[in-house]
Amino acid sequence: MIYDIATGEKKYRLELDRLIGGWSCRLNGRNVEADAVLVRPGVLSLRVADRSYEVKGERLAGGWKIWFGEESFDLEVRDPRSLRGRVRSGDESGARKLRAPMPGKVVRILVAEGSEVEAGAGIMVVEAMKMQNEVKSPKKGNIRKILVSQDAAVNAGDVLAIVE
Amino acid sequence: MFKKILIANRGEIAVRVIRACREMDIASVAVYSDVDRASSHVRRADEAYPIGAAASSESYLNIEKILDVGKRSYADAIHPGYGFLSENAQFAQACADAGVKFIGPTAAAMQAMGSKTKARQAMELAGVPFVPGTSKGLESLGQAEEVAGRIGYPIMLKAAAGGGGKGMRLVHAREDLKAALEAARSEAERAFGDGEVYVEKAIVNPRHIEMQVLADEHGSTVYLGERECSLQRRHQKVLEEAPSPVVDAEMRRRMGEVAVRVARAAGYTNAGTVEFLVDQQKNFYFLEMNTRLQVEHPVTEQVTGLDLVQLQIRIAAGEKLPFAQDDINIRGHAIECRVYAEDPGNNYMPSPGRIATLLEPAGPGIRIDSGVYEGWTVPMDYDPLLAKLIGYGESREQAIGRLSRALSEYFVGGIKTNLGLFRRILADAEFRAAKFDTGFLDRMTQHTEPSPMSTHAEEVAVIAAGMFAALGGASMETPGAVNGAPNAPGKPASNWKTAGRNEALRSG
Repeated sequence: MIYDIATGEKKYRLELDRLIGGWSCRLNGRNVEADAVLVRPGVLSLRVADRSYEVKGERLAGGWKIWFGEESFDLEVRDPRSLRGRVRSGDESGARKLRAPMPGKVVRILVAEGSEVEAGAGIMVVEAMKMQNEVKSPKKGNIRKILVSQDAAVNAGDVLAIVE
Repeated sequence: MFKKILIANRGEIAVRVIRACREMDIASVAVYSDVDRASSHVRRADEAYPIGAAASSESYLNIEKILDVGKRSYADAIHPGYGFLSENAQFAQACADAGVKFIGPTAAAMQAMGSKTKARQAMELAGVPFVPGTSKGLESLGQAEEVAGRIGYPIMLKAAAGGGGKGMRLVHAREDLKAALEAARSEAERAFGDGEVYVEKAIVNPRHIEMQVLADEHGSTVYLGERECSLQRRHQKVLEEAPSPVVDAEMRRRMGEVAVRVARAAGYTNAGTVEFLVDQQKNFYFLEMNTRLQVEHPVTEQVTGLDLVQLQIRIAAGEKLPFAQDDINIRGHAIECRVYAEDPGNNYMPSPGRIATLLEPAGPGIRIDSGVYEGWTVPMDYDPLLAKLIGYGESREQAIGRLSRALSEYFVGGIKTNLGLFRRILADAEFRAAKFDTGFLDRMTQHTEPSPMSTHAEEVAVIAAGMFAALGGASMETPGAVNGAPNAPGKPASNWKTAGRNEALRSG
């Protein structure tokens, strides 16, 4: 398997091959002695050149979030042979989606569909665990659509409204 | 002694009380709301009763429903935990009227302390030191201006019925007073249904130190030493320790004696906490008394060797305190981290949801009081406290070392937590030197997150991400046997094996 893996700035090519009882691993063309045991879901015991790491992983859209020691890394992981992940990107230029910043309940909707709003104007209030979070408009524009109703439960990332 | 105790709470504190009950051979009764059926406290209790919808007012704050369960389960006492009904004098009175012992102070003592201005009048008579200011609610802007002028700016406006920072305003100059007073009043009115506000001199960069007291119902009152609670965000405590690095034996004795006077003046019984503000010259001023068990009680337990919940139960059952003031010794050092479901990347907003992975530390000097488990969904309806991680050592340095080590083992996946914040605090040079005040955390979190990414660490992360990707779906599912060599390549467990294992589990 070949993966193109990117951190913020740097890009890596990782070649992994499963062998009987272990792995062959090449990082940017250099051989690295590494093996991994999945000790429980999302937790790897990883050895790299005789050093031992307990690594935790969580799937992100288009990659993995990796924790070990005191640090965490967001990594974009792409299989260069796959076409998936290359397309997309480039949102509709005019319309912007308002997403829920946290899971919670919509306790108040502050504007009506069709109304004009300034950038930074409060659109609705989402509440969780006794904390209220005002979701603000990312731009000056018109509220094209409100996709949730008062008292609706929402998940982080759910689209709440569309401003254009 | 009681035969059965109802715990009118949820989360880690309900688990804490249930554990004490079991240790003392007392049956425990849990109550739970619709979203808490699978909660830890329900799993651990001897009996469990549903009490209604997720909203606290329909369940954990509903006096009638809780007392009804008390009656149906034949509980002879009720432990309120902290929060919810724990400082509700009406509830304490309703318990007394129903013939169920409330494990805490009497309704009268609670009422005396519940209103900050009333408490203040009683305490002044007992010679307790106060921050200069009014002991009565402000009647007018004119009066506020007069008092503020007399004690000098900056001043602090506070809601009489307040707590948790609501209804509080810091005012630096006379021209800001009018707007601040109106804002504090309306916020207090909205939060507590009581717009009474009083004024105090603001202590710049204070420490927040509190004294644990314990009083039996036979006239004996003792103090169990202080807790340093200066590390706060948005006026909520984040990390506490005992003893305080700035309190020596002499100061502890003076603060302790004042705390005992406060408790006596209110006719206080059971466990309580007297909060003080301490200025840079180590003058201490009475702030308020919390008439309940505190979240941070474990640090006091660690350094005194006492079990506060068991003592609460014994006191409520009418027993005498089994020790005198001179028998209490402070030994070693304990620090508590409050692990919250919060998103550090989103200004520490709540982050409820399913806990996909939970790795908890253990080992020397480590205690975890937790209300959660792997696979459980943290509901969005309550406080975001998941667990308390407590480190104990013979010295502050050793306690910090053990906690740092424990944090390196601790992992909560699936939801966001503030665990990373504790790593930063414990590594901070000023924290290690014990140079901090209540403004420390806000200052520290304003610095941008340091990112000491070494190339080596990044390479390890890259290899790990590749391994996870290569393992595909298997990496997020329950693995089979893991005691052998590295996972054999692409070898799914055979259906026969899986069926056999399931069979074994069923018959087990």
